Amino acid sequence: MNSFMILIPMIASTVIAATPLIYAALGETIVERSGVLNLGIEGMMLIGAVAGFAATRGSGSDTIGFIAAAFAGMALSLVFGFLTLNLQTNQVATGLALTLFGIGLSAFVGHDLAGLPVDKLAPINIPVLTAIPIVGDLLFHYDIMVYLSIALYIGIQWFLNSSRAGLQLRAIGESPHVAHSIGKSVLTTRYLAVLFGGATAGIAGAYLSLVQTPMWVEGMSSGKGWIALALVVFGTWKPTRVVLGAYLFGGVTQFQLFAQGFGLPIPTEFLSMLPYAATVIVLVIICRDPKTILLNQPASLGHSFHSAA
Amino acid sequence: MYRLERRATPSSTMSVVSPILAAVGMLITGFLLFSALGKDPLEGFYLFFIKPLSTSYGLSELLLKTTPLLLCGLGLALGFRANVWNIGAEGQLTMGAIAGGGVALWFGDSDSSFAMPLMLLAGVLGGMAWAAIPAFLRTRFNTNEILVTLMLVYIAQLVLSWLVHGPWRDPEGQNYPQSQGFGDAETMDVLISGTRVTWGIVYALGLAVVAWVFSQKTFAGFRMQVAGLAPAAAAYAGFSEKRNIWIALLLCGGAAGLAGICEVAGPIGRMQQEISPGYGFAAIIVAWIGRLHPIGVVFGALLMSLLYLGGESAQMGMGLPSAITGMFQGLLLFYLLGADLFINFRLRRVTPKPATSAPTATATVGKAA
Repeated sequence: MNSFMILIPMIASTVIAATPLIYAALGETIVERSGVLNLGIEGMMLIGAVAGFAATRGSGSDTIGFIAAAFAGMALSLVFGFLTLNLQTNQVATGLALTLFGIGLSAFVGHDLAGLPVDKLAPINIPVLTAIPIVGDLLFHYDIMVYLSIALYIGIQWFLNSSRAGLQLRAIGESPHVAHSIGKSVLTTRYLAVLFGGATAGIAGAYLSLVQTPMWVEGMSSGKGWIALALVVFGTWKPTRVVLGAYLFGGVTQFQLFAQGFGLPIPTEFLSMLPYAATVIVLVIICRDPKTILLNQPASLGHSFHSAA
Repeated sequence: MYRLERRATPSSTMSVVSPILAAVGMLITGFLLFSALGKDPLEGFYLFFIKPLSTSYGLSELLLKTTPLLLCGLGLALGFRANVWNIGAEGQLTMGAIAGGGVALWFGDSDSSFAMPLMLLAGVLGGMAWAAIPAFLRTRFNTNEILVTLMLVYIAQLVLSWLVHGPWRDPEGQNYPQSQGFGDAETMDVLISGTRVTWGIVYALGLAVVAWVFSQKTFAGFRMQVAGLAPAAAAYAGFSEKRNIWIALLLCGGAAGLAGICEVAGPIGRMQQEISPGYGFAAIIVAWIGRLHPIGVVFGALLMSLLYLGGESAQMGMGLPSAITGMFQGLLLFYLLGADLFINFRLRRVTPKPATSAPTATATVGKAA
């Protein structure tokens, strides 16, 4: 019974750690399925984190905070979209620029917000369900964004596999020229995908500054945007695997806290390396077989498209 | 109405003009941003771009910060030309500092004349070893080097943090996470007395010449360039992709490692938690502004160094956060990438025709008003 009682907070904290990764990685899945590689997630997350924090402090409403974060992420992704889609710039370089810019801008804007408190987004409380022992704690005692992340997963799964627009998006990601020749607008679809990815990255960032550590700290995403990118590869561009991967990584990040709690004689720095080392290992496992990538990666990923070429 | 039209051949004029356009765009945006935030833009500009260059000490600091940026930028440019996306120069720099710094601490206060050469060698090898990991994973396991090199940045920084908090901590350092200061023989000689500029800048400029010879005059450099410009042609010619990846990553890792040891054995003088304010990342922009050409990279490194100095100066003079440097860096790269459009395209005025006209064969990318 005792070890079981430890397991519950462990699972709960894993879910909290995984949620921002789910938002960011699911958004990027859509972006990449449309054939665009946006390496700027880290920058958009930080902008989302600072915007969400500032808006929540200003308005007192978490809802407004998350909405502001989504719009901030979208605004940044719009710059990326204009450069890569209209001006056909190199997607890798532009994504890197977006991350560098986002890190700088968020630190600049958030300079006076550092160290200030904000009310943490409270877990929901469903009268009967939350009160159930164990099950209530495990399933019905998270904040609303956790449930929305699962709803987002279901929505994206349906969109990609069953909706007309989703199939069109996938077709464009595989072969923009064919899609263009049958009259589908590559530019519009890719723009919408990029904006969606920006919004989810912004929300992921706000989840860090409003739920995980309710405050604003410079560079607080500490590589989570890049881990989200790795998760998309890990999930072989499939939403279900991406979400499972996010929970797995959430577990890895929580392991360090529990290892410290149990007094394992490992320096904290080595425990902090776990998520990064795990990312490398996971990438190696997935990419080891070139066929896995060849079969699953959208064929036009990272390539610019212009209609007359 | 204007329309973008593909040029028959890329414009070499534009590839030089584009960085200048980008710098102007960055300045204008910075001006607007300062105004929007209620800061005096003229004062900001003076502090940012003029004041650091107005004293001889400022100029020497410019050279000092140019050193790591140039070293990393040269290595990255070499890789980017060959389509090898090493973005973890920061980690390779850190590992070089750890390896070289470890040698320095091992020598302690010894005045052996072997100390400095061995430190530099260890720095280079440390950076190379760190870059060998993504090279191995990419060539053997097909693993994307972008994410691996980046993850290794975080790991290298944590290794450094562990060392200065644990085994290397100075017992008399009042619990600061830093090592003892390096001995005299383990500290690089100052090049110009009264400044902090070390021999590092000479190594960096020397490497720029070497990199120019390598990329323009050697067959290995040519192979890498072909691999970047036309991968299919490179494969057809039998150029080994794996060899290019190894060369690109090892050379960049070595240069970044040298930058790392030059920092800790130069201006820093000990091992500590913070050894680089993101030089390895800024070097990505340096490489791009320099058109991935060794001589261009020298100018790119000088400009980026000025942005760092300007950021510090604005921090002291106006109380602006130093992160403003990062913002300007990002802006600069945005504008540069955008302006590069005009290397391959040009604006052409078109007179509107009746809607029934036949579609033209030119590439229409977007409409510019």
